[in-house]
Amino acid sequence: MKAHDLLDLAARNLRESLLRNSLTTLGITVGVASLVAMLSLGVGLQELVGQRLSRSGLFDTIVVFSGQEGRRADPGERRARTGTSPARPLDQQARAEIEKLPNVKEVFPEVRFVTAVRLGSESGARYPMVAGLPPSARENEAFDTLQGQFFSAPEAEEAILQLDFAKDLAENPTALVGQELVLQYAERKPLPEAAGGSPDGEDWGFSVLRREKKLRIVGLIENEPYAGRNFARGRVFIPIRLAETLNALQPSSLRDALRTSPARPTYNSLQVRVTSPTQVQATQDALKKMGFSTFSILDATRNLRRFFVIVDLFLGIFGSLALAVASLGIINTLVMAILERRREIGIMKALGASDGDVKKLFFTEAAVMGFAGGVAGVTLGWAIGRVINFGTNIYLRQRELPPETILSVPWWLALAAIAFAILVSLASGIYPAARAAKLDPVQALRYE
Amino acid sequence: MNNAVVNGAAIRTEQVHRHYRMGPAVIRAVDGITLGIGQGELVALLGSSGSGKSTLLNLIAGLDRPTSGAVHVEGRNLAEMTSEELARYRRHTVGMVFQAFNLVPSMTLEENVELPLRFAEVERSERAARVREAVERVRLAARLAHRPSELSGGEQQRAALARALVNRPSILLADEPTGNLDSRTGEEILNLIAELNQSGMTVVMVTHERALAERYAHRILFLSDGKLVNDGQPL
Repeated sequence: MKAHDLLDLAARNLRESLLRNSLTTLGITVGVASLVAMLSLGVGLQELVGQRLSRSGLFDTIVVFSGQEGRRADPGERRARTGTSPARPLDQQARAEIEKLPNVKEVFPEVRFVTAVRLGSESGARYPMVAGLPPSARENEAFDTLQGQFFSAPEAEEAILQLDFAKDLAENPTALVGQELVLQYAERKPLPEAAGGSPDGEDWGFSVLRREKKLRIVGLIENEPYAGRNFARGRVFIPIRLAETLNALQPSSLRDALRTSPARPTYNSLQVRVTSPTQVQATQDALKKMGFSTFSILDATRNLRRFFVIVDLFLGIFGSLALAVASLGIINTLVMAILERRREIGIMKALGASDGDVKKLFFTEAAVMGFAGGVAGVTLGWAIGRVINFGTNIYLRQRELPPETILSVPWWLALAAIAFAILVSLASGIYPAARAAKLDPVQALRYE
Repeated sequence: MNNAVVNGAAIRTEQVHRHYRMGPAVIRAVDGITLGIGQGELVALLGSSGSGKSTLLNLIAGLDRPTSGAVHVEGRNLAEMTSEELARYRRHTVGMVFQAFNLVPSMTLEENVELPLRFAEVERSERAARVREAVERVRLAARLAHRPSELSGGEQQRAALARALVNRPSILLADEPTGNLDSRTGEEILNLIAELNQSGMTVVMVTHERALAERYAHRILFLSDGKLVNDGQPL
């Protein structure tokens, strides 16, 4: 029998006992809804934690060192790299090559230095840490509560202040937005040959010059982005390219002076941001092949993922209990249908239906109930999730906390739940379908 | 028995037995029947209740399997067929009519007649014409949208006849087709069956009404206790 005929006959049969079949489908609906609600809790929590971690910028970032730096920093890395490509300096050329790697979003050095800062109209200075921020920092959760705006360009002469520091500068910090901020910093300038510098030879050095830079304050943020990565907290943030061009004296500058020639400046390390955390491993492998040492904290999340898999498994098992009960309802309904339609099955066989046709018809009826129950269950589960999210957010608002999505029903969960409902229904239909197919047509035709 | 008919028959049974076990007792519903029915014959199976007529008809219809012996229809031994092959045989070679009509009550006449076409996987576009052809043959075209409960007994049996014809079988098997009908309506049905037979269809009909059998059948086979006791021409 063709598929459309099977569906047509199955739908007709289901309509014949509408109330009973609707109740059975309702059982599946409740089962699927409970499964979806349970799993959406697991998914929602996982997404919540994942988004927090992902937006922290820690999980899609790789720190790249020259091979030599990495060997000192990580003995494990040294063991792993033994016998592979030789260590190479982390210079401009290397940075350009890394930028060209697939899935690399941006590459930038860490620029942090201490400055003297004063407002354009005042004379008293403060000495905060200045940090360069890449354009992608805008996605960091620290900017969720940004007052004002982000940098207009990667090299814009603009600054964003950390709120506590801004409060230190002015009683009304929001009034600072648009004002001028003067940065006094120490510029690192290579020595000319006449002064004893010899960039291409054995000896070289740099002088330290006091410089001033006027910036416009464009925004305020409460917390420092990527705060977990550094010991010294940044208070003034400027665009990364501007920070690089300042060539300011940094804590690592003395070591650099001993190690690298001003003719071929190198970076201590580079931050490489990739398009998603899933690309970290492949990019790390590519970087190692290029001769660099790398570090990422993605490994630390593996245990976290394992934890969520176990949580999802338990939630899925508990959620499936209702569906298991519903599957008994399907078996009961279909067995009842065999008793009621015994004569009809006999007629069908007398008219040429094969055992397989009868079996397929019962399977189709089970699958239709599974599909209908699955779709309704996903809708109900989604609605339960919305109600729980709504209630949770009312509670969070009362506690002056930002709203969160606790339960999330992604499309794959919806599809998987419907597919699972159909699968469970088909499994429930195995016994009734086999029993219907085996009916002796002569006996069935005699049945009153 | 006419050996020439047996050898060139559309339907041929050879020492066919159908026994049922009921506790310690063995019921010999069909007990070693050998017969042949020629192409285009109208044969009536006559006998008292429990003589084995319906069981023999079910064996010829491929609804039941013999305990031993062979049932050859158009050269194929039904006893050796798989259940899938038997279903195909029931779909394409034979059409069945029952005493109780056996229409599906929830379906309209049109849907009932269309049902065998679904099992035969006939294209949808072709079905309406096939259904119309079958119902016109039994003169029931005006009642297509009616459910069985809205039809008289005679109309229901004509609908069942249309359903049996819709897959254009070469053999019609009728189990007491007039058993639930009054004599006038019964005659109408038998006239229809005789018309079909005249168009070349082989007909095997179970009946207990000897007068009707003698009037319409070419041959009457008498069964008693599962055995063929007489094979003769009607008087």
